[in-house]
Amino acid sequence: MDRREFLGGTAAIAGAAALPGSALAQSAEISFFYPVAVGGPITKLIDTYAADFEKANPSIKLKPIYAGTYQETIVKALTAHKSGTPPVTSVLLSTDMFTLIDEEAIVPFDDFIKTEDDKKWLAGFYPGFMENSQTGGKTWGIPFQRSTIVLYWNKELFKEAGLDPEKPPQTWAEHLEFAQKLTKRDASGNVTQWGTQIPSSGFPYWLFQALTTEADALLMNPAGDTTYYDKPGVVEALQYWIDLSQKHKVHPPGIVEWGTTPKDFFEKKVAMIWTTTGNLTNVRSNAKFPFGVAMLPSHKRRGSPTGGGNFYISKKATPAQQQAAFQFIKWITQPERAAQWSIDTGYVAVSKAAYETEAMKKYVVDFPPAAVARDQLEFAVAELSTHENQRVTKALNDGLQAALTGTKPAQKAMEDAQAEAERILKPYR
Amino acid sequence: MNSRATATIHGWLLLLPAMACLALFTHWPAVASFIESFYSTPRARRPARFIGLDNYQQMLADPIFWKAMSNNLWFAIGTIPASIALALLMAVWVNDKIVGRTWVRMAFFTPTILPMIAVANIWLFFFTPQYGLLEQIVGFFGGRSTNWLGSQDTALYAITIVAIWKEAGFFMIFYLAALQALPPSLGEAAAIEGASRWTYFRRIQFPLLMPTTLFVLINAVINAFRMVDHIFVMTRGGPDNATTLLLFYIYQVGFSFWDTAYAATLTCVLLALLALVAFVQYGILERRTHYR
Repeated sequence: MDRREFLGGTAAIAGAAALPGSALAQSAEISFFYPVAVGGPITKLIDTYAADFEKANPSIKLKPIYAGTYQETIVKALTAHKSGTPPVTSVLLSTDMFTLIDEEAIVPFDDFIKTEDDKKWLAGFYPGFMENSQTGGKTWGIPFQRSTIVLYWNKELFKEAGLDPEKPPQTWAEHLEFAQKLTKRDASGNVTQWGTQIPSSGFPYWLFQALTTEADALLMNPAGDTTYYDKPGVVEALQYWIDLSQKHKVHPPGIVEWGTTPKDFFEKKVAMIWTTTGNLTNVRSNAKFPFGVAMLPSHKRRGSPTGGGNFYISKKATPAQQQAAFQFIKWITQPERAAQWSIDTGYVAVSKAAYETEAMKKYVVDFPPAAVARDQLEFAVAELSTHENQRVTKALNDGLQAALTGTKPAQKAMEDAQAEAERILKPYR
Repeated sequence: MNSRATATIHGWLLLLPAMACLALFTHWPAVASFIESFYSTPRARRPARFIGLDNYQQMLADPIFWKAMSNNLWFAIGTIPASIALALLMAVWVNDKIVGRTWVRMAFFTPTILPMIAVANIWLFFFTPQYGLLEQIVGFFGGRSTNWLGSQDTALYAITIVAIWKEAGFFMIFYLAALQALPPSLGEAAAIEGASRWTYFRRIQFPLLMPTTLFVLINAVINAFRMVDHIFVMTRGGPDNATTLLLFYIYQVGFSFWDTAYAATLTCVLLALLALVAFVQYGILERRTHYR
């Protein structure tokens, strides 16, 4: 950053402080990393938003950069950060918050919240989403494209099995009972249709966290420096998952692939699936049978983790750029835009106000499943996120996969995972 | 300045761009990784400091590293001989005058030109339980359903098969080129002597193809340590590290865990392994492959 730029930035901040909420006089260019692997409808939407924002704020140039998957985007953003020219703002996984803080790559939003209007805006987001965006009393991320896990069920297969097609399972016991009725075997004992399936490839911890939440167990503390992988509730949740396939044989054995799970559902190879609300549009356009979307069954309570991406602002950007990025983030998360974004993509709208807009009300009437994710938010908890997040999560993933493939009993698998997580997290306490 | 010196300077100047590229993108990163492996990973508040062999000790105590090594060994044992044998077989076959051989050659070469990520997505559905292609074939013969990618016993075989399928066509091209360079008089002489097809292959074709086999072998060994693209799509190293190969683990440590120093340590091991393999192949095998 050269001196002139710095002075410009300082002047801009001073100006913004003097005239609260007003647009900046100085011009700023902000680069914006957005995770999308291939072009298509979503990049077009983002381009439209960028153009609209520039029209409303002529002094700011917004440059969206499509950076691949979440994993590729954070690799690019952190590499750019280390080389000194990071993107001013980026959408990255909410769970990467601790990693970004530890790398000193981001600034908290608190310094930009100045007016009553700003405060109201920040308070408008669903608390379930803010859990993964705040730590140590500060807000580090703003929810943008967020999701939760829901249960999709095939109404046709429910009818065939003699179940009420309009009634999804409400509890773990019911979920098992329905799955038993929905599992079909041929003469030689091969299963031709499974009752239920919970994907376990890649990131099994996320779906597992739905089970642990329902068993009323926590996986980590809010400070992100301690995990509770070996607590009784966690082991109980894992045992339920294992029993579905190994004891009751109503769930496919081994590791169930996340990517092919919707396809399994379309092919009627499985009657109920647990997957993200982000699959809503996919299922809606590809399922050739009536289907329902429900909250996950409860055990001791209802629950699902949240997932998805947050906006972050880079620490190494100039103050003027940071302020401009803040303005953009606030602009794009306004209720009308959040509602439209949710309708177009299937992501959950991030604020209550978004669900109260006319467009959203109409959409929910036409397509009631869209409201399920919203209603479940009341029970949603923060997605597993700690310091050294990916490494600590991998310890759990490995333990889960070992238990699900039958190489370790549930108790032992979770004890091993906890020991590994302890080793990694010790320096952060 | 005499003409000899000018020629030398010209020579070096011509080499310079390539040399600079190699030094910048190959030699320097290798040396830098080696140096970095003796330092701790720099964090925002803790700059890197010299820690001697700590990273190497951590590596020796890391069960996932050993798992990756043994996986990689089995992956190499699975892919190298199978893909070379298959390539040779296909090359001998499409070298003959058969109807539509251009089409067959093209079909065999197709896997090579397809991007690995796209191919892995297709194979993902081949291996899918219940309605995947493999399952349908097994099911037709009355076999039991298997979760190929989702079981620790079969996942490594599954990704090995994809690698063989991908590589064999590429190696076939080298064998085909070498076969076409063999003088036809050898084949005619063998026919006059009454040699069988098998004798002709074993006594004449195969020995004459030895330089090609060496070249292909080196490539196959390098690929056994380098081919990890399909793992990202098909298993992400799971279940429980059953398909984690060394290079995949390096990526994970470096770019998911951001433990760059440890990743550098693992990279050094990979480099040492490849150097050893190259040394054995060039130093020992090459001497035996020449013919008179």
